[in-house]
Amino acid sequence: MVDGLIAKSLNEALEALDNKEYQIVAGGTDMLIQNRSHSGMNIDYKKDVLYINLIDELDFIKVDEKNLYIGANTRLETILESKLVPQILRDVVIEMASPGIRHTATLAGNIGNASPAGDSLVVLYLLDCELEIKSLTKTRKVLLKDFITGVRKIALNKNELITKLIIPKINLTDCYFHKVGPRLSDAISKLSFACGYSVENSIIKDLRVAFGAVYVTVVRSREVEGKFIGQSVNDLKANLDDIINAYEPLIKPIDDQRSNRVYRKNVAINLLREFIENIKED
Amino acid sequence: MPKIEFKLNDKLVTVHSTANRRLLDVLREDFNLTGPKEGCGEGECGACAVLLNHKIVNSCCTPLANVDGQEIVTIEGFSKTKRYQIIKDAFAEMGGVQCGFCTPGMVIATESLLNKNPHPNDEEIRIALSGNLCRCTGYNMIIKSIQKAAKDGDGIW
Repeated sequence: MVDGLIAKSLNEALEALDNKEYQIVAGGTDMLIQNRSHSGMNIDYKKDVLYINLIDELDFIKVDEKNLYIGANTRLETILESKLVPQILRDVVIEMASPGIRHTATLAGNIGNASPAGDSLVVLYLLDCELEIKSLTKTRKVLLKDFITGVRKIALNKNELITKLIIPKINLTDCYFHKVGPRLSDAISKLSFACGYSVENSIIKDLRVAFGAVYVTVVRSREVEGKFIGQSVNDLKANLDDIINAYEPLIKPIDDQRSNRVYRKNVAINLLREFIENIKED
Repeated sequence: MPKIEFKLNDKLVTVHSTANRRLLDVLREDFNLTGPKEGCGEGECGACAVLLNHKIVNSCCTPLANVDGQEIVTIEGFSKTKRYQIIKDAFAEMGGVQCGFCTPGMVIATESLLNKNPHPNDEEIRIALSGNLCRCTGYNMIIKSIQKAAKDGDGIW
């Protein structure tokens, strides 16, 4: 039988991770289901578990001039209610989970889970989220896009813990998140889409697009975005076909129980088209 | 054997077992509290809902480890309160109960909502119930029940 260790301080957690390999569990709202057993039986973890949900020092939301900082243990509900958090991230929270999940689940948990359909990931990619990762002896930072390496694969060493999300403050004219799923809250996305732009003197100064559940990781291409930044709003709209053609090869969804390739691809392209068509002059 | 202590329905309790158990199983099997029910077992139906520090959580996807030192209230504990009486009467009067399987979860969701927002609008009620399924599909009656509870219990939440 595997062990379960409850850490109540960051130092306690890091010391434990330094000694032994653990499965890290935060809110548990994904991990308990992935490791579900029969009713009444112990949770069927494959290795010893380190529970971090009760480490209060990782439960915070702070800002400074440059960034927003969200602690790894900050519950989704706290994020939803905080005026410090950008609206687009609060919009995701309300669509990704019901109140019962929001009171225990965390964004760091959603990141650690690294599902291609993780709703928050799409917006966190869009916002250039960075992570602070700690071990007993070292603190490092890594961009979320470099941290998630594949389906449920993350670049986290055995002795490390995600401690904080760092979200740069950016000034977008508009940005939004769109989830395609059968039910508000609780439903896993068929696909998800996030986008944003800023316009100054009719020129596109920033353009960001991210797609979820259409590839093994969230799809966001700075290369494609860079090609169209600097164009006038009118030129951008006239180049709609070029934009679609640039994203088309990056969108490679699969068939599964929630949806199919053809539907996902069509809807992803339609959402992209709608976004570009609705960009407004300043 | 690890020892996990928490407040359960106003009493301090100790569980001597692995932390790797679902709160739902601990409540039902160790404490014989069968108000929280296993519906989907995946956090989608809310039949297993309980209050963790006065906020709704799904006990089927809450590890026992995460309640160490915390406060849990199940429908059994909540049923001893005045707030419960108001919610119960409102559900009875407005037809908010059909087969009853979802009802403990619905009542817990109602308390979690009204505790935070004593005067919710229709939209806020629907969002508060977004994690609770009623397979008799009596949602409109449940929403009316919550509206009535908020009105009848004005000043209590």
